[in-house]
Amino acid sequence: MANRTVIPFGPQHPVLPEPIHLDLVIEDEHVVEAIPSFGFIHRGLEKLVEKKDFTEFAFIAERICGICSYIHGMGYCQAVETVMGIEIPERAKWLRTMWSELSRIHSHMMWLGLLADAFGFENLFMACWRLREGILDVIEETSGGRVIFGAAKVGGCRRDVPDDLLARIPAQLKAVEDELRAVTNVFRDDFSVRQRLCGVGQLSKQDAYDLGAVGPMLRASGVALDSRLDGYAAYDKIQVEPIVETAGDCWARTMVRIREIYQSFEILRQVIPNVPPGPVDMKITGSPKGEFFARLEQPRGEVIYYVKGNGTKFLDRFRVRTPTFANIPPLLKMLQGCQLADVPVIVLTIDPCISCAER
Amino acid sequence: MKQKPLTMTRVALGSLLRRPATVPYPAERKPVYIATRGHISIEEEKCNLCLICDKRCPTGAIRVDRTGKTWAIDRLRCIQCNHCVDVCPRKCLAMENSYTTPMQMKRIDVVPVPFTPPQPKPKPPTPAAPPPSDLPSKPAEPASGDGSHDHTTNSPTD
Repeated sequence: MANRTVIPFGPQHPVLPEPIHLDLVIEDEHVVEAIPSFGFIHRGLEKLVEKKDFTEFAFIAERICGICSYIHGMGYCQAVETVMGIEIPERAKWLRTMWSELSRIHSHMMWLGLLADAFGFENLFMACWRLREGILDVIEETSGGRVIFGAAKVGGCRRDVPDDLLARIPAQLKAVEDELRAVTNVFRDDFSVRQRLCGVGQLSKQDAYDLGAVGPMLRASGVALDSRLDGYAAYDKIQVEPIVETAGDCWARTMVRIREIYQSFEILRQVIPNVPPGPVDMKITGSPKGEFFARLEQPRGEVIYYVKGNGTKFLDRFRVRTPTFANIPPLLKMLQGCQLADVPVIVLTIDPCISCAER
Repeated sequence: MKQKPLTMTRVALGSLLRRPATVPYPAERKPVYIATRGHISIEEEKCNLCLICDKRCPTGAIRVDRTGKTWAIDRLRCIQCNHCVDVCPRKCLAMENSYTTPMQMKRIDVVPVPFTPPQPKPKPPTPAAPPPSDLPSKPAEPASGDGSHDHTTNSPTD
């Protein structure tokens, strides 16, 4: 038996700008085991519900993560609204759906760039991020912020999108989509990209299910689960098909995300012309009393919000189970037996957001 | 699936031939949108120092001083959430769509507010019926706290 060595990986690592620490037990350049440690950036956000009014906590919920910000804010608001028995206006539901999908596109495009960066393809990285700016422009024009939308509030949306602007968006999105095709073709067809991704970090369907993988990780292993099928916001009125690949390797996860980008463009084509007229918010009276679990599909996977109100304006308990948190056990499984050089790529394909996971 | 050659070359050539995606910053600026949340501005004439923005600011960036009559904001703490604009009862706060200039030192922008609180109305004489004889000379006595004391000291003297 060869000697075993332990190599510390992270929390500051040149290829992975996420503060996760892994102790990699190495045997002949192969990883035998990976032992994670957490807690470098715990912010105690959940505790803040005891100090902040439940309406103002929406700002904090939105700042749990910088990339999937909108869906965090919206998920919190949705949970509180359900506890309070509020039915938000139709227009607000459709706008929420639109912003969720824009958020998914920009998150996946950013991830594609980071993946290219992880295997050393700087040019492709820049190409992805340049195109992502087109989406960020749409987000800024509609919501006012580039990545922190600031558009979710308990009882609807904080701002309306004028109809003439809504009519302009599809053309802008089409331009980005057309340009994106050439870039995603590189991920699909390029020889070196496939050398780095195909067959790397395989996760079987059974393992993905047993270990509780969520989102693109789960779907890349062949399990067709997508929380959007639950029909929150306006998803019950539009057609969503879970995107599934069966290979379960890094390349399959990349393909799932690429296909999800195009699916989101398709959903936006259904959503934007159908946003109904009307108010976008409603007056809230009273305080939440009761508890609720809200499940939403974030770009990174399923996210869960637990809210417990006691009838005052301060909540008793707030809990978020972010997708990265759920994807850590499958990640450790994938790392077993992989090459040391593949570790950054495999870690990246779960789309890690450690700041989210530690809250 | 078949691997195709030169997929990236096409993307790279396209990038070579196009105009730069970035702008040379100080000389040229990226256009902002109407909705862009840039920075908070105040119409100080309308402000009545009600302290609501101070209390509701999620990060505590706004500080209102009633005695010194100032409205102050720490631009680096402000997260442009627009909450103060939403809650301001006098609608004197606004979200501008331009960003503030970069700063080398932390500083707090202090705006003097030219608000004069309305003079407290003279208290109507309460139970005692005989003393109101010397009331007409009221408007000349300004100070709020002292006025009430005077009144109480005056009444027993008759």
